[in-house]
Amino acid sequence: MTDQDVSPRLESPDSAGRDGTVPDRYVRPHGVHPDLASPAYRSTGRRAPSQPLVPLAQRLTEITGPLYGEDRVTESDADLTRQHDGEPLGQRIVVHGRVLDSDGRPVSNTLVEVWQANAAGRYRHVVDNWPAPLDPNFSGGGRVVTGPDGSYRFTTIQPGAYPWGNHPNAWRPAHIHFSLFGRAFTQRLVTQMYFPGDPLLAYDPIYQSVPEQARERLVSTFDWDATQPDWALGFRFDIVLRGAAATPTEEPHDD
Amino acid sequence: MMTDAAPTTPTLPTTPALPALTPSQTVGPFLHIILPWPDGPEVVPPETPGRIVIRGRVLDGDGAGLADAMVETWQADPDGRFAHPDDPRGASASAMAGFRGFGRATTASDGGYAIATVKPGRLPDGAGREEAPHLDVSVFARGLLDRVVTRIYFADEAEVNAADPVLRSLPDASRRDTLIAVAEPGGYRFDIRLQGDRETVFFDV
Repeated sequence: MTDQDVSPRLESPDSAGRDGTVPDRYVRPHGVHPDLASPAYRSTGRRAPSQPLVPLAQRLTEITGPLYGEDRVTESDADLTRQHDGEPLGQRIVVHGRVLDSDGRPVSNTLVEVWQANAAGRYRHVVDNWPAPLDPNFSGGGRVVTGPDGSYRFTTIQPGAYPWGNHPNAWRPAHIHFSLFGRAFTQRLVTQMYFPGDPLLAYDPIYQSVPEQARERLVSTFDWDATQPDWALGFRFDIVLRGAAATPTEEPHDD
Repeated sequence: MMTDAAPTTPTLPTTPALPALTPSQTVGPFLHIILPWPDGPEVVPPETPGRIVIRGRVLDGDGAGLADAMVETWQADPDGRFAHPDDPRGASASAMAGFRGFGRATTASDGGYAIATVKPGRLPDGAGREEAPHLDVSVFARGLLDRVVTRIYFADEAEVNAADPVLRSLPDASRRDTLIAVAEPGGYRFDIRLQGDRETVFFDV
């Protein structure tokens, strides 16, 4: 399950400074992730920590992590349209892309977990009870493992938008949830993929919580080449986890 | 006479664009559709000698339990080893049968979670000292736009805790106890307070 040739640059443990500091193995994001306290997203109000985060040096526990791959996946996990006897309703789509680190290296053989609402915008979940139909042929959960080049691919149904209680007439734009491990505790990422041209993005406090220069990275692109004749529309979504080098584009631009 | 080597507008050398990091988004309230694993809370199999259960509650700023959170843990084995190629000491398969290092538990309606594991060993800290036994913890929930990261230490490791570089370097030593699990029958108790009184220390990793 491991690929020695894609490991980040590593110094030996005794390369630490004499003051006990340890050099970072993984870049620290700036201007990428949302602020935990984002008042427009109401649920942050009593849940986001109020104290500043304490910097944690990246030592052994942080530069290692669970390496889950094929052992966590069954064949039907990559096609959310074939998990029941019948076919789910809605627009069939293929979602694919690559998982890379910010040095451009593929993150191979890593588990990707996805979940989503059905075509009507309803989750098969006990706390989702808005008046849209459940689909008996759609559960909305999938798992895939990246290939040697970091590529992944799954088939599903275009999820619908749905209302939520954040503010009057609040609607979440259509999205697919993604959970990724990478190869280190430090690389762990949970995010959401959106669809191009969705007018609801402009009104969504969760999408808008991302710094402006990084938001569009969460929007997939329509992919003609991945579109399958007489079968499914294609969308591409590349995911970039923290690597060993900083990238100039991740600095915030306040000017 | 002008030479052709002096353009008035210098051309900057171009460097290949590196991919830009993907932002985090909240796990939301519907994570149970796929994320819970039947064996998620079992870092070690049930019959493992020295097995302990770490129990606690994930609490919001009002002291109410989060019914929709997920807690993940990552740790060394009792010998302080990781079966991972990026460990500069070399990957080392655990001597403990079935040891996974990773735990994942969703919270119950009262915010309670439980992870069954073994106490990890001490680790070299990269500067000639040792880190006390600890678990790295990620908490995901609706209302958390990124995971929050904390550590679980153990109250009965007082001596090595006192020398631990992370515990020693906390800006506010009065918050140190929020990182220390307390022994209880069958294991340890570790509550995670996202906000407010006795707010848990969370780390920027």
